[in-house]
Amino acid sequence: MADVFPPDTVRCDACPVLCYIKRGHAGACDRYANLEGQLVRVDPHILLDRAKSQGMPLVPFLEREGDWDGKIMKGQETFVTAIGAGTTYPDYKPAPFIVSSEVEGVDMVTVVTEGIFSYCGVKLKIDTDRHLGPERNLVRAQGEPVGHVTTAEYGSRMLSLGGVHHLTGGSKSEGRVTCETLLALCNGKEVELTIDEGASVCVAAGKPPVVNGQREERMRVGCGSATIGMFAKQWFGKVDDVVVVDDHITGVLSEHQAGKLLGVRETGIAIQGRRSTPGRYFQVAEPGTGWGGTNISDPLTILKPFKAKFAWPHLRLLMVSTTGEQFAYYELDEALRPVEKELPETLKESVGRIRENCEPALTAVLFMGGAGGSLRAGVTENPVKLTDSVKRKLTRVTCGGAPAYIWPGGGITFMVDVTRMPENAFGYVPTPALVAPIEFTLKKSDYAVLGGHVNYVRPLADVLKEKERQRQLVSHAQNPWPLKPHIGSSES
Amino acid sequence: MRDPALIRMLPDGRRLHLHDGPIDLIIEANGARRAVSAAYEAAARRFVTILDELCSELPLLRTRAQVNSERPRGAVAQRMFAAVEPYCEDCLITPMAAVAGSVAEAILESMTVAATLERAYVNNGGDIALHFAAGKFYKIGMVERPDRPSLFGSLEISAADPIRGIATSGWRGRSFSLGIADAVTVLADCASAADAAATVIGNAVNLPNHPGVTRIPALEISPDSDLGDLLVTRGVDPLSSSEIFAAIDSGARVADALRAQGLIHSSALCLQGHTRVVSPLLAQASIEISPRSLLHA
Repeated sequence: MADVFPPDTVRCDACPVLCYIKRGHAGACDRYANLEGQLVRVDPHILLDRAKSQGMPLVPFLEREGDWDGKIMKGQETFVTAIGAGTTYPDYKPAPFIVSSEVEGVDMVTVVTEGIFSYCGVKLKIDTDRHLGPERNLVRAQGEPVGHVTTAEYGSRMLSLGGVHHLTGGSKSEGRVTCETLLALCNGKEVELTIDEGASVCVAAGKPPVVNGQREERMRVGCGSATIGMFAKQWFGKVDDVVVVDDHITGVLSEHQAGKLLGVRETGIAIQGRRSTPGRYFQVAEPGTGWGGTNISDPLTILKPFKAKFAWPHLRLLMVSTTGEQFAYYELDEALRPVEKELPETLKESVGRIRENCEPALTAVLFMGGAGGSLRAGVTENPVKLTDSVKRKLTRVTCGGAPAYIWPGGGITFMVDVTRMPENAFGYVPTPALVAPIEFTLKKSDYAVLGGHVNYVRPLADVLKEKERQRQLVSHAQNPWPLKPHIGSSES
Repeated sequence: MRDPALIRMLPDGRRLHLHDGPIDLIIEANGARRAVSAAYEAAARRFVTILDELCSELPLLRTRAQVNSERPRGAVAQRMFAAVEPYCEDCLITPMAAVAGSVAEAILESMTVAATLERAYVNNGGDIALHFAAGKFYKIGMVERPDRPSLFGSLEISAADPIRGIATSGWRGRSFSLGIADAVTVLADCASAADAAATVIGNAVNLPNHPGVTRIPALEISPDSDLGDLLVTRGVDPLSSSEIFAAIDSGARVADALRAQGLIHSSALCLQGHTRVVSPLLAQASIEISPRSLLHA
């Protein structure tokens, strides 16, 4: 019978059903599948290998015989993450995996579980000065409300997505789309969001945002006024006046407080727009994609004629944008009209420095969730003790090996940068809720004290034997090694 | 390499989880503490051999059941055959159509033989065997789409009702369906009967030759499928109301006939947000369909 099947059909021997599985399909259990002719377990369990050198890329590889040589002996170099530790069954995740290992002479225990988070969401920091939409307005995905605009931060706009009310408090499709959106963002995928009375953005963790179809490259160094303040000293004596063009606040050196303090002489310069305080102008032009987020392509259009009472021939003027990407240098002729000249060497450095100080514009995605009662009960018989231990830094919380920030106050509410986690670390259950890996690492002695399930502790070497369902990744170079014993332990 | 069967308590400490190959059971028993642990132990003991028993006569179980068919030997396999036998003259059906319900039933039986329980259930991926002592009841939620579960209705079943089995079948589920129903939920005397009937009614909720329905020979997806080269449903485009009514009507006629023959007690048929209940038991086993579904229906 077998010979009539296509050559890349595999026969699964994981159970006596012995399914024939065609390429690209799964067996009757949905757990084993045929991936390009190979039988694979669909839900691999992720282990992290401590990077041998800094800056090593995160390289996934399927383990093969031989890759394990020596690693079982040096157990502390492998950290068992919660990714894939659970099963795919929809309404529960199994009792946690509890793994012991010896690190620097200390017996450590890591409790590994995949948590189902109905209370969760993501915080997005989008590096752009463009107006994305009024604060409090709804953010939508596929037309469904999935979050809202919160505050503008320095050089960035913040969106808050998800949360229990969008996940389970609205319509079925609102919950489903919210769950899909959170899952995609947490797994590093691109998502298109629209903001009521605002922009449409395409965002993905760690990638430049695309606002209304336009990709952001750099964050500005500061607003025009701040740029004057930062660079006034470097310009003083090398140029008579500087205009930093910015859609938010355009700055003018000779009028600005920073220029006044240095004793910069009045130049008779006159700027379009609404003067806020001396040397600071709002609305010099319309917002756009030209200089400093304005629609300006020729900066002279924002200058009115120089006042003859103050200006003088050969006056030197630098105009520059807040990212240093655009700049022009002028000298006044006898009629006090600006004439463009090549940028003098003495000014090149300061313009270059503006550019150097602009960071690449990115989208940051922080997953935020709260570890609830049942999850904590999987760690200890006395859940409040786990909270206490986390708060006292005796227990380290990681998500797929990435460090988690724990909010002060009650409960274990944490945030984690999803780009520090292995790829596709998140899953979902159709409740809807996200499934996120979470690991609690602490000294074995502390674990016993907080009422941990010590009888379920298994040595790392034991876990490593279950090769076939594991996948090893190199730990993210910037993450502290999750198993390193805590400095905080000494306080107990 | 053969994965061992998994036997463990869920993190809630109340429910038992048994898993082996494609079988995944969630079990809960209520009663005296000693009775519950005796029941769980009996369930686990019965469970560890069940997959091997079935697999030992898998080719036979994957063959069309006919009046003069060779009868399987295993106790669970016999339940499967008995459950599909009433349909074997009218349609192509194999004992596999009742495998999930039959396994649930066999495990539940091992528990109730071992201990006196107030109530218990064995849920095998939506096919559920129930047990009640007098006066006890279960409230059960119904889901139309396994890929995005949300309750479309609920029902209450008590010891006074003749119902001891519930099963749900649909093209989106793990087993193949010849029909287009998102879900057909059936209440019957026992889980194996409910399982077979849900398959038959699910196949009948159909629009033959409709261009919006994608159908693929079962063998193309799963080379050892018991359905051979029969076309199974893999996708259904959005349908008009009249098409939905026509498809549900055709399923409801079959459901009504099965009810008249005493093979089932009641059934709920779901297709693209529309739900039809075929039930003479509304007074006792009350099925409540959420208002949103009623608006559609």
